[in-house]
Amino acid sequence: MTNDELIDLEIKLLMEGVYQVYGYDFRDYSEASLRRRLTQWLSGSGLATLSLAQSQLLRDRALFNTLLRGITVNVSDMFRDPAFFKALREQVVPHLQTYPFVKIWHAGCASGEEAYSMAILLLEEGLKGRFRIYATDINEEVLRKAQEGIYPLQEMQRFTRNYQQAGGRCSFSDYYTARYDHAILNAQLRENIVFAAHNLAVDADFGEMNLILCRNVMIYFKQPLKERVLGLFDNSLAPGGFLCLGTKESLDNREISGRYEAITQRMQIYRKKYAKK
Amino acid sequence: MPKNNGRQFKTVVIGVSTGGVSALKLLLGALPADYPLPILIVAHITPDADDGLAVLLNTLCAIRVKEADEGEPIKPGTVYLAPANYHLLLERGGTLALSIDPPVNFARPSVDVLFESAAEVYGPALIGIILTGAGSDGSTGLLKIHQQGGLTIVQNPADAEMGAMPSSALQLLKADHVTELHEIPGLLLRLAPRKP
Repeated sequence: MTNDELIDLEIKLLMEGVYQVYGYDFRDYSEASLRRRLTQWLSGSGLATLSLAQSQLLRDRALFNTLLRGITVNVSDMFRDPAFFKALREQVVPHLQTYPFVKIWHAGCASGEEAYSMAILLLEEGLKGRFRIYATDINEEVLRKAQEGIYPLQEMQRFTRNYQQAGGRCSFSDYYTARYDHAILNAQLRENIVFAAHNLAVDADFGEMNLILCRNVMIYFKQPLKERVLGLFDNSLAPGGFLCLGTKESLDNREISGRYEAITQRMQIYRKKYAKK
Repeated sequence: MPKNNGRQFKTVVIGVSTGGVSALKLLLGALPADYPLPILIVAHITPDADDGLAVLLNTLCAIRVKEADEGEPIKPGTVYLAPANYHLLLERGGTLALSIDPPVNFARPSVDVLFESAAEVYGPALIGIILTGAGSDGSTGLLKIHQQGGLTIVQNPADAEMGAMPSSALQLLKADHVTELHEIPGLLLRLAPRKP
């Protein structure tokens, strides 16, 4: 067995152990990225191999938490892919404006940047008091960060540029207060967001959503897990609801494809068809 | 003749930064449409770029050039470019994967990320190439290819529009071939498996 094959085996054994001890299921995560993240975690841990690490990881919750952070934390930006948020504003929001109340599920919200972006967009489009965003992530530590809505001040320049390109109607600096090295988002933005832990690999669906946003999360999943997650989304979306994926993710050749139509070319925004009578 | 010691190469990976468009036009433009190996490329492009570079190269070259799609199996006679703002990785079994993990060497896509994952999959059956560019992305990845027994090619820094990236790689390892850009297509043809 080559060293690389041994590493693959160690990853498999560790992920099985992690699932049985902690209930986090990474067994259906794509190997290339998982291997890269685990190798990175290992080199910072001072341990020589994953087999050596496994004994401690399965007994020491605090150590496992560092691994969990290494495997699951995704970085994001506010208004990441401005063209996507522009398409959302121009092509999806006009539909949402006709609803009395809009429910949004943001799956894999990480530290909350895109959930807050969505709140800003909806407030600017006149939906104040008429929407709720359920922002979920597998990692509770990162959710606490999301809940705080505090980001490094140095990021604001990039976020501001994204916001403007995404068709923002106000001045981005109206949405935060600078304090020392940090920018604190206005509490008003948080009023309509519920942050909650949810694990796409094992947890159940959410009821009757009008829009689901899950961008660049499923690229880390193998095919069966992707299908499971898309099934969850399909069960959670009301007819006429919208499903937004990352720019390099598509619904082509998926089990649920037939029930959806793409409403933009490059932005991967899909609408669930109304069932035929 | 380059020595490939009877090795059957399976894939080519290329990393390029500043000066990449003209270098890729020249290199890919000189390959036939039925070049027998898949070619995976990380070129540093701005995060908000669309698939314009792949479309352009596809128009100019005989060989098929496309932006990499997630989960796509790699095929001979096809060039896959990493999409803007995503890392490109190779899975065992030869399918493509994308990630939005943090930038490596200030780059996403990063050459190191592609090279390291491809080296783990193909080992001695991999050909790695570093072309013109600023910075040092790709150096540790090329070293990994070398350590796994793969074949390494570096554009002669003096021949490159920007010599830093090739120089940086050459500081880390002794490449199998240090050569001018216009010689690389011929080299790749000689290294490719013969048609049955």
